[in-house]
This record gives sequence, structure tokens and C-alpha cells, in this order.
Amino acid sequence: MKKIVKTALLGSVTALSALALVACGNSDSKGANSKDTVKVGILQYVEHDSLTAARKGFIAELEDNGYKEGDKITVDYQNAQGDQANLQTISEQLTGDNDIVLAIATPAAQSLATVSTETPILFTAVTDPLSADLVDSIKKPGGLLTGTSDQAPIDKQVDLLGQALPDAKTVGILYTTSERNSEVQVEEAQKLLEKAGYKVVLKGISTTNDVQDATTSLMKDVDAVFVPTDNTVASTMTMIGELSVEYKVPVIGGSTDMVDAGGLLTYGTNYEALGRQTAKIAIKIIEGADPAEVAVEYPETVNLHVNEEMAKKLGIDVSELSVDE
Amino acid sequence: MDLILSSLSQGLLWSIMAIGVYLTYRILDIADLTAEGAYPLGAAICATGIVSGLNPLLATFLAFLGGMGAGLVSGLLHTKMKIPALLTGIVTLTGLYSINLKVLGKANVALLRQTTLVTQLQDLGLSKTNAVLLIGGVFVLVVIALLTLLLKTQVGLALRSTGDNIPMSEANGINVDQMKIYGYMLSNGLIALCGALLTQNNGYADLNSGTGTIVIGLASVIIAEVILRNLTIGWRLASVVLGSILYRMIILAILEIPGMDADLVKLFSAILLAVVLFVPEVQKKIKIRPLAGTDKTA
Repeated sequence: MKKIVKTALLGSVTALSALALVACGNSDSKGANSKDTVKVGILQYVEHDSLTAARKGFIAELEDNGYKEGDKITVDYQNAQGDQANLQTISEQLTGDNDIVLAIATPAAQSLATVSTETPILFTAVTDPLSADLVDSIKKPGGLLTGTSDQAPIDKQVDLLGQALPDAKTVGILYTTSERNSEVQVEEAQKLLEKAGYKVVLKGISTTNDVQDATTSLMKDVDAVFVPTDNTVASTMTMIGELSVEYKVPVIGGSTDMVDAGGLLTYGTNYEALGRQTAKIAIKIIEGADPAEVAVEYPETVNLHVNEEMAKKLGIDVSELSVDE
Repeated sequence: MDLILSSLSQGLLWSIMAIGVYLTYRILDIADLTAEGAYPLGAAICATGIVSGLNPLLATFLAFLGGMGAGLVSGLLHTKMKIPALLTGIVTLTGLYSINLKVLGKANVALLRQTTLVTQLQDLGLSKTNAVLLIGGVFVLVVIALLTLLLKTQVGLALRSTGDNIPMSEANGINVDQMKIYGYMLSNGLIALCGALLTQNNGYADLNSGTGTIVIGLASVIIAEVILRNLTIGWRLASVVLGSILYRMIILAILEIPGMDADLVKLFSAILLAVVLFVPEVQKKIKIRPLAGTDKTA
């Protein structure tokens, strides 16, 4: 009896390893049979509305340009679900099996960058590709990576804040200390807000569980809250919106999705459009352009996005707002 | 094949974490969550060291020392302040978040353009996977050799007896608290070393990279125990390495299932882990019933 169990155990372990082998074999043979379909891999770092919107926009734009999934391209989508330990394995799998890989968010792009030796990598929803070491320069990336940054112009946000809330004196900034993309924006926002004469209060959080306490304590002291395009803050925007109404402190900034969930307004990146913009770069590369020579792009579709319902609840007139293009 | 070799190389690096977890979890009989803070601490110290121009080997060694520091804190909290082991880990882990942020300076530091142990070997003409295999192999061998020697010394034996039976160890004049602190330090030093090596493999250090690492360590230890039992100490450490490699293979197998829904990967990993963790219990049950009394190892 004991022996049988041991054998069964050993058997199951062997079977698992065999499964890994067979599965790898499968993907290899997939690579051989189709020459005229383009294999596109997608690595999304974590499940998140903005990132998902970028992914969907990317696929939709490819389809609009004749690269229909199942017809001229195959899409191999993986989501690391925020688990950095598995990023490398997924990256190797995707670069090995595909002709071009899309990285959504900074850790995904960094992981693909270390792994890829010849597969071109496109990135999107990366705020600062330079400080993440993804490219040599914005104009000439110089390697296998190029793509789109999601950084929206923060000076316009500060300007809008002044128009919507002429009496505001103190502005709080809520951001996640573990997100590099947020820090980049926060540094810039703090500089610009202080230059415009506001007193700035910074409040860093580390997980979604901190958000309620941090927001409450921040909103007691400030006239408005600025948020960067921050993954953790984005996930909790609904709660921040409720607090915003309760304390009558409007929230400004972030992505359009974030404003819809609980912000007042933003001059921000539309991620669906950003995904489409990235797909246009992808098509250039699929059709033979060298990623080293294709410049990194900033969002084309940046628009003033107002949450009217929020404006009504907060009693703020948003009809006169305007942005100098 | 490339994927399997790469999983093998990562398994080797992760096995250093698993050996660290093994020291507290099995030898000292403590479930220590400090690991999830010590891992990014190692990554942070190493990355910051490398970026500021230190030799990568020296930076890696400093990471090991930093991890020992974190272990010392946990050890003192647990033995001197009598905080229960599980809470001790959580307290240190919480504090380490800020420390790690300060060490790293920002949430994510890129090493893509820096000289690391991996790039040094690549410059000698090795492929990335081979470079990592070599680094992993050398570090694992050194760690196992030194630990085996250490655990056979007077102090090592005292450490092991502390985990087995505290009253008996005290009765034999062993300073149990001191042994626990040593265990904590050694364990977290190794975990930080693992963080340092993996950050050089990954090309970046990230503040969030510790999340879930304890699971990897524990799973590796238990997979090792499921496959191989009743080994001498040196071989037991080696079996943990095998467990760690098998764990990476299992993850790879799940990721490679054709048409796998990306949203379900975590669920599958959890189910598989539950099955693996259940195996010792099944073994025990099946053994005890028909062979009660005859099998002394059961």
C-alpha cells in the first residue's frame, strides 16, 4: 500500500514535468506551421481598468487595420496578476512564441526587456520609459523596445484646478509610494502646484487598505486633492469619490477612467485611444520598421474629461472650463 | 527547451530563498513572514549598491548582511519581547516596507544598463540562461556546503535541537533564545541573498517584489518533503533545491496549458499547491491504517 502511494506520487510529479515538456513542445510546433500570420503576444502586469482599456484599444485598432485576430494575427494574452515572481517565465514564453510582444505597464516592459534577444517589444501605459531604462532616448529608442508613454501634461491639470476652484489654497496629493510611475508625476505636480502658489500636502499610501484613512485625514486639511495615474489609487477611486462628496473636497487628475469612478475632472490620457496609438506603432514594426528607430510617443488623445454628476454633488460650476491647446 | 532551462535557472536562484525558509520553518519550527520583507530588502540593497558603482559581488554580499539585520530584529522581537512568531514576522515586514523604500529611494530601480553578476558572465560569452545557471549553481553549492558544515558544529546541533524540543534543549544548557535569533538571522540573510540574485536576473528591483515569495519558499520545502524523506541534513537541503526547481516547472506547466484563461492562472496555482500540501496527510493516513505500529518513521 505504502509503495503504491509512493509510486503514485512519483508518477504525478513525473506527469507534471511531462506536461511541462509536452506543452513546450506544442508551442514550438505552433511556431513552425504558419508563416503569413503574425503572432502577437500581450503581457499585462495586473488586472486594472485603464490597462485593460489599453489592451482592448490595441486589439481593436489592429483589427480596424486588417489585422483581424484568427485571420492575419494570433493573440497570445497573458496577465501576470501582479505577481513579479512569474513575470520572467511568462516573458520568456511570450518572446519565444511570438513575432512581437506588447507590454502593458512598467514591470511587464522591464521584464520583457531583459528577456528578449530579438523579438521587438512594444510598451504602453509606461509613464517614464527613460527612468525605467527601457529606451536610450525618446526620439531614438536604440534597441528592441519602443511604444507609448501615458504621461499627460500636468501643467494643464494645475491650470484647470485654478479655474474650477478659484478659492483653493491647499492641495493634497494622494499617491502610492511603491509605484514609480506615480512618483514621477507627483514630483512634477508638487513643483508646478507650489509654483502656482498652492500649499502642497503629500500623502503616500502602500496598499488599497490604507486609502480610506489616508484620504480622510488628507481631506480634512486641504481644499482639493490631486491624484496621479496611480494603479492603487485607481482601484479605490469609488471610495475616494464618496469621501470627496462627504468632505466637499474635489479630486482632480488621474486617468479618465478614474474620474468616471469618483473624480471631478482631469486633463488626461484616454487609455483606449492610447492602446490604439500603440497598435499603429505595432503595425509599422510588423511591416518592417526597426524598433530602434521608431520614436516613443506621448498620448495624442488627451482631453478635458469632467464627471458632471460629481460636479453637481460638489456644487461646482464646470461649464466655463477651458484648456489652451 | 529554452523555457525549461530558464525555469531551471530561476528554480536554482529561488532555492536559496527556500533553504532560508526551511531553516525557520522546519529546523526552528517557526513560520516566519519576515521573508516577504527580507526578499525586497536584499533586492534593494543590491540594486542601490550596483547603481552607486559597487562591485556586484560585494553588493550581493551586503544584501546578505542586510537580511541578517532584518532577521536580528525579528529574532529580538520574538525572543526578548515575547511577540508570537507569526505577528513578529508581520511587524518586521510592515516596518521593512519603509526601510526598503528608503534604501531603494524610489519604488522601482532599473538595472538594465548596469553591470551585474549576470552581465559580467554574459560579457565572457555565456548566454543569459547559462550565466544564471552558473551563478545559481555556484551560490547554491556554496550555501549548502557552508550550511551543512555549520549545522554539524556544536552551535548547529544546538540550533537543530532547539527546533525539535525546547524544554529538552534548555535542560541541556542551550541558550534557546540565542539559537532562535541565529536561526532568524541566517534564514533572512539567505532570503535577502536570493532577492539580490533575482534582482540581477530580472534587471530591476521593485518595492512590491516580496509579495507571495513566502509561498514559493514554503511550497518548495513541502514539495521536497513529499518526494524525498528521511535524509541527512546536507541531502535535505539539496532536496529543497529540487523542490524549488519542481515548483517553477509546475508554474511553467500551468502557464503552458494551451488556451489557458489568463485570469485563472492564480486559481490553478492555488489548487495545485493545495493538492501538493495535502499529499503528506494522505501519505500519513494511508500508512497508519494498514501498518499501524510497524512503521516507526510514520
